[in-house]
Amino acid sequence: MEKLPNDQTDVRQMLTGRESAALGRRLFMRYIGATAAAGVALSACQNELVDPSARGAARAGDVIDLGDIGYDDIGVLNYAYALEQLEAAFYMQVIMTPYAGMNGYERSVLTEIRDHEIIHRELFKAALGAKAIPGLTPNFSSINFGSRAAVLGVARTFEAVGVSAYNGAGRLLKSADYLTLAGKIVSVEARHTSIISELLNPMTTSFAGDDIVNPGPASGLGEARKPEEVLALVRPFIQETINGRTQPQ
Amino acid sequence: MNLQNILNEIEKVDAEVYERLDHVSRRHVFQNLMKKAVMGVAPVAFGSILNKAYAQNSAVVEVLNFALTLEYLEAEFYNIGTGRSGFLTGEAMTTFMQIAKHENAHVALLKSALGGAAVAKPNFDFTAKGAFPTVFTSYQTFLAVAQAFEDTGVRAYKGQAGRLIPAPDILTVALQIHSVEALHAAKVRYLNGNKGWIVNSNGFPAAVYAGDDVVSQGGVNLVGLTGLSMERVTEAFDEPLTKEQVLAIVTPFLA
Repeated sequence: MEKLPNDQTDVRQMLTGRESAALGRRLFMRYIGATAAAGVALSACQNELVDPSARGAARAGDVIDLGDIGYDDIGVLNYAYALEQLEAAFYMQVIMTPYAGMNGYERSVLTEIRDHEIIHRELFKAALGAKAIPGLTPNFSSINFGSRAAVLGVARTFEAVGVSAYNGAGRLLKSADYLTLAGKIVSVEARHTSIISELLNPMTTSFAGDDIVNPGPASGLGEARKPEEVLALVRPFIQETINGRTQPQ
Repeated sequence: MNLQNILNEIEKVDAEVYERLDHVSRRHVFQNLMKKAVMGVAPVAFGSILNKAYAQNSAVVEVLNFALTLEYLEAEFYNIGTGRSGFLTGEAMTTFMQIAKHENAHVALLKSALGGAAVAKPNFDFTAKGAFPTVFTSYQTFLAVAQAFEDTGVRAYKGQAGRLIPAPDILTVALQIHSVEALHAAKVRYLNGNKGWIVNSNGFPAAVYAGDDVVSQGGVNLVGLTGLSMERVTEAFDEPLTKEQVLAIVTPFLA
């Protein structure tokens, strides 16, 4: 008897017309971190929420390994691309399903932030070209989008984590141009943090609170996190398993 | 801040650093620094060493002194504003006390890092030679100047980042300060009735916002790519200012 192919799932999917997704996933797993584009392109359109024009879309259960993030600038840019995808998807959902009592000012602020994150996402995607990781699938099941406090609380956390991620990753970049580009973005993420903090905790020090800025007498420093720390924080919000590491410096 | 890394880094730039630190053995330096780091007084120890190793002629010192000058300006401005009886109240006082705390901390950090290489605090004229005579009597004027300082600070740090690539630990600290300036900037803009982010190159004084209306990043026209407006695209990025541009902005505030 002829032995069945090892990956029966893929065969079944081919038979049921889902071959592109299966093939894409298999190739993606093989090429991730290198040039994934060609094979993954076949599995596009899985994930319209995150990125309707994604060259490749990942699937729940996939492992996306960013590898040694500091090995070259591509790794850092893909790391940033992953975070911007997550932020853009979050605000798209916030605007699609506004929380109870969202007023006009809040809607305009959150819509502008959504657009900024989409612009960041699209920039990284374009800059990375064939080297971009696929579109990620968000997992926002833990977020109550109907609750103002929940949405703004998560938004503040996402923004603060984003700022700390850029602060921590700047040192990994080898190109001064990319470092400046990251700098152009991180300060806008910090502006978001400040304005969302003001929505959440008006007329307080929350905009630059002691929880996100070291209050020490010779400090005043914003947070900086290593990629491993950031990925651990965002992993629950992404259906794929996203990994990455940095070499000790 | 990982002090051992910083010393390693200085050593990379200047292999003779430990010879310059002639009064202590390497191990002794580390033991002392790590002990003091835990006690929270590390920057002072770090500062005296950086100073001894780099009395002059270092790009890092130059960048840190440039940053220190801006932090002196901001710290003194907020110290005067918050210290003036009855001038700032309520939300304004809450906001500017928090900002002042950070700017004073930045001054202390940079001064201690630079030690004897630190530039002295200049004397400031916050009326900018009479351009803002009501800077400490009109809240609106104070807000306008505060916004200009914060947005300048954000753009100024960004313009220096590339020069710190050879010193990753110092670069990280600079980025950590930079992001705090942006937190401040957005809140001050909000108090001033503006969006938290810079639209096109709109704002006052014009020199603070010159060249912020860039729609292409990394060679990609983002209006064309995303179909979103120029306003949205320019809001999404803060452009750097050169040192010369920054000095032109702050020079009128030097007495």
